[in-house]
Amino acid sequence: MLEAVKLCKAFDGRPVIQDFSIRLKPGSRVCLTGPSGSGKTTLLRLLMGLEKPDSGTLSMPRGTRFSAVFQENRLLEQLTAEANVSLVSAAPRQEIAALLNALGLDAKSLAQPVSTFSGGMKRRAALCRALLAPYDILCLDEPYKGLDEALRAQVMRIVDEHTRGKTVVLVTHDLREAEGYELIQLPPLPPV
Amino acid sequence: MTPSTTNANKKARLPIWAVLFWLLVWQLAAWWVAEPILLVSPIAALARLFELAGQAAFWRAAGFSVGRILLGFALSAVSAIVLAALSYRFRRVRELCMPLIAAVKAIPVASFVILALLWVSSRNLSVLISLLIGLPVVYTNVLTGLDSTDPGLIEMARVFRVPFARQLRFIYLYQVLPFLRSGLAVAMGLCWKSGIAAEVIGIPGGSIGEKLYKAKIYLETPDLFCWTLVVVLLSILCEKLLALCMNGVMRGAERCWKR
Repeated sequence: MLEAVKLCKAFDGRPVIQDFSIRLKPGSRVCLTGPSGSGKTTLLRLLMGLEKPDSGTLSMPRGTRFSAVFQENRLLEQLTAEANVSLVSAAPRQEIAALLNALGLDAKSLAQPVSTFSGGMKRRAALCRALLAPYDILCLDEPYKGLDEALRAQVMRIVDEHTRGKTVVLVTHDLREAEGYELIQLPPLPPV
Repeated sequence: MTPSTTNANKKARLPIWAVLFWLLVWQLAAWWVAEPILLVSPIAALARLFELAGQAAFWRAAGFSVGRILLGFALSAVSAIVLAALSYRFRRVRELCMPLIAAVKAIPVASFVILALLWVSSRNLSVLISLLIGLPVVYTNVLTGLDSTDPGLIEMARVFRVPFARQLRFIYLYQVLPFLRSGLAVAMGLCWKSGIAAEVIGIPGGSIGEKLYKAKIYLETPDLFCWTLVVVLLSILCEKLLALCMNGVMRGAERCWKR
C-alpha cells in the first residue's frame, strides 16, 4: 500500500501541489484529472520518487516497484520496440512480440528501430514496455496521447485486460479514458 | 553504420586532387627559390625519404617516437575517460578538474616541455607531453557527451530499475561514442604535434625530434623536410588506424544495441 499525506511541492516559489493526500490500496485504480498545469504529472513524479516533496510524507513498503508510461515516450531510439521492452522486462520474446502485435505494431515495424516509428507507434511501444515490466504500481501519464479513436479503444481494452487487479494511477484530461477508475480532481493552480 | 558515421568518413577523406595541387605549388616554389638549403622540392624530400628508409636507424627513430607518442595518447584517453566519468557523477570532482583542465589547455607546449624536463628524463618526455595535451581534449568531449545524455532516459532507467551495466551499454555508450570518437581524433593530431615538439626541445637520443633538431643545426634542409614528411605521414597513418578502430567499435556497439 502507498500512502501520501499532505504532500506539498513548489517550483520557483510557485506551489504546484498543496496538501495532497492519497491512499493506494493494492488493486486500486485511481485517475488524476484536472486542468492543464494543475500538477498531475508532478504528483505522479512525486509518487514514483522522481521528485522530493517540500513537505508531507510518502510511505510505501520497501522495494515497491513502479512501471510507467511517461508524458514523453522515453524510448531508446536506436533499439527496436522489442529490445526496448526487453531492457526492462524478463518477459519471453514471444510474449513481447504478441503484445506489440496486439497493440497494432506489425512484424515489419518490429524489425525497425523505434526512431523510424510515428508518434502513435512509439506511444504503443512505451505502453507495451510499461505493461510487461514487473511492477506493484503502474503510473500512466496521458497513455493514449497521439492515438486515433479506433486505436485508442483497442489499446484501452488491452491495458484494462493487462492491469486487472493491479494498482494503477492514470493521468488524463479525457474522462472517457477514466472508466473504472476512482476520479480525483486536482484543483487549478492559483494565478501567479 | 549510422548516417553520422558515414558523413564523418566522407568529410574526413582527403581529396587527391587537392593534395596534388599543393604538391605542385610546393614544387613550383622550390623551382622559383632555386636554393635547396631554403626550400627543397617535394621530389628531393621524397628521394631523401627513400634513402633514409633503407637505414635501420630511420626505423628505430620512427619506432621510438611512435611508441612513446601512442603510449602518451593511450594514457591520455584512458585517464580522460575515467576523469570525465567521475566528473559527470561527482560535482566536486568536476569542480576540482575545471581549473586543472583550463590550465592545461592554456599553458603553451614549450612551457610544459621545459617544466617536464625537470621531472622526467628526456627519453620519456613525449609520453608525458602527449598525455597532458591529449587529456583535456578527450575529457571535454566525453564530458560533453555524458552531459548531453537525455535526463528523461536516465529517469526511465531509474523507475524501471535498469541495471547499471545495461544503462552503460544502451544509454551512455550510445550518447558518448560519437563525442569520444571526435575527441580521440583531435587528440591524436595534437599528441603528434606536441610529442614531436617535446622531442625537438628535449632532444632524446634516437628520436624523430632529435633527427629534426640535428637537421636544423647542420642546415640539412632535405633531412628537415624528410623528417617532417615522416611525422605527417605517421600522424595521418595513426589517425586512419584510429578511425578504423573507432568504426569497428561503433559497428560492434550498433550490433550489440540491435541484439
